Amino acid sequence: MKSGLQAQAATPSAINRKSKWIRGLTKTWPLHLLILPAAVIAIVFHYLPIMGLVMAFQDYKPWLGFFKSDWVGFKHFESLFLFDESVQVIWNTLIISVLKIVFGLFVPICIALLLNEIRKTGIKRSVQTLVYLPHFLSWVILGGILIDLLSVKGGLVNRMLTDWFGIAPIFFLGDGDWFRFVIVVSDIWKEFGFAMIIYLAAIAGVNPALYEAAEVDGATRFQQTMNVTLPVMLPIIVVVATLQLGNVLNAGFDQIFNLYNPLVYDKGDIIDTFVYRSAMLKGDFSFATAVGLFKSIISFVLIIVSYRLAYRFGNYRIF
Amino acid sequence: MYHKSTGYRVFSAFNHLFLITLSLLCILPLMHVLAVSFSGKSAATANIVNLWPVDFTLESYEKTINNPAFIRALFYSVYRTVLGTALGMAVIVFAGYALSKRNAAFKSRNVYMWFFVFTMLFSGGLVPGYILITELHLINTIWALILPSALSVYNMILLMNFFRTIPAELEEAALIDGAGLFRILFSIHLPVSMPALATITLFTLVGHWNSWFDGLIYMMDTKKYPLATFLQTVVVQQDFSKMSLNPQDMENLSQRTVKAAQIFIGALPILLVYPFLQKYFVKGIVLGAVKE
Repeated sequence: MKSGLQAQAATPSAINRKSKWIRGLTKTWPLHLLILPAAVIAIVFHYLPIMGLVMAFQDYKPWLGFFKSDWVGFKHFESLFLFDESVQVIWNTLIISVLKIVFGLFVPICIALLLNEIRKTGIKRSVQTLVYLPHFLSWVILGGILIDLLSVKGGLVNRMLTDWFGIAPIFFLGDGDWFRFVIVVSDIWKEFGFAMIIYLAAIAGVNPALYEAAEVDGATRFQQTMNVTLPVMLPIIVVVATLQLGNVLNAGFDQIFNLYNPLVYDKGDIIDTFVYRSAMLKGDFSFATAVGLFKSIISFVLIIVSYRLAYRFGNYRIF
Repeated sequence: MYHKSTGYRVFSAFNHLFLITLSLLCILPLMHVLAVSFSGKSAATANIVNLWPVDFTLESYEKTINNPAFIRALFYSVYRTVLGTALGMAVIVFAGYALSKRNAAFKSRNVYMWFFVFTMLFSGGLVPGYILITELHLINTIWALILPSALSVYNMILLMNFFRTIPAELEEAALIDGAGLFRILFSIHLPVSMPALATITLFTLVGHWNSWFDGLIYMMDTKKYPLATFLQTVVVQQDFSKMSLNPQDMENLSQRTVKAAQIFIGALPILLVYPFLQKYFVKGIVLGAVKE
């Protein structure tokens, strides 16, 4: 009797904690149940494939599976940096994505500022309706359209260049440098409107009294834009710019896949398309996984850094 | 007033001209495709069609509609879009609602949040995902197109943030009246969040309709290609080898006007929902960016 009491007295906090946890669960189990479907999908379709990344260190053979395939260490990562082709692919990715990030940041800001100068709401709204549209069309549709428009044999663009400026037809999708140009310009064309929304919201939030004060001080409209509008937009510009850091290795798989061809592999092939061809066309599963893992790890680090920066400079939080 | 200075007036005229040209540039490609699709075969081949049909005809639409492979793909797309959106919305509404509870009332919330957010930051990538679908025997099933994308963490967080703006008093009042968790979700949270729900539903619909890559890798049977994948293979890549087509359909598919008609039909659902989409997404975007 006495010893039983002692034992009970020895661990009251542990028992308390446990019963507290159970009591918490009896209260919150419906919440856990609500999350269950999402959690199951996350585990099966997001976390299981992450475990599958071990195959980057194997010579994975589908008929041997994860358990019987040979372990090869970092062989695939070494060959990633040994092959001229894969090194070129990394460069292509960086060049294309950096161009997209820089112009993709600059263009929407300028257009948003110009749109802000239009007073008639009818015109303003029509412009917005038209420029947001391409964002919602897929690269399959736009790829099909662009291939037709940019065709050397009588595509609308080449016809216009010839008829109006007397320029000989340009092989837009068959020449590496022109291909990069088309990729960057068409991406900006598709996304600038949508990217602009956030800046327009920031501009709408400017206190009109600031403009009035600037006006009294004799500021021109350009000076007002530079000294009133832009500073108000700056925090959101900083957040958008830093969050783009995580996209440095994303050069746009959907777009490139739908527009490229073997003629422009040397300047237009990017990590994601290279991974696709290595895996699905050549069946080189482990090498493709290693290339993908290399990209994922670098992107992960960049995203973490960019979130920290965005939090520090723009007070941005994900949740 | 700056509006009245000559310099500003000149600028304003050029600005109007520039922005109107720019916005026309955003739809001219689509108008050109539409014009080609309604043009005669020879006019299109002779490259004389610009923005208005030449030798107006509905021939290319007839050929498209009479191609069983195209119609099958169209219906498969509708099927995956409806089923995928219904499932995806159910998953994020339930999870988003539970996660909208305050940390004090729901201790495990933070653990769940990091568990979900991590999936946005790091992924297994193409090959492990493909092997998983193979191992689960989902190849050639509609589930391969629906389950992997059924949880959009981004949309879930968007919805959760919206639920969090609902005043706690509403929920407390319902609790006092004896309403349970589900009752509160269906009679308070969902009705109040209609704009957010509409935005996210439309985004999910558009996402499913546009999705083509999953069909390309998970469907070995080309009869189960969704429309976007069909267009990718037939119109963009011009790859007829995988398709079992009769020679007549094959010839039609490589015709420029027929290609244009197919592209336009592929874009049409997006154009149709666009007015509704536009009504909501501006709010949605700003909502996603600005948090309490």
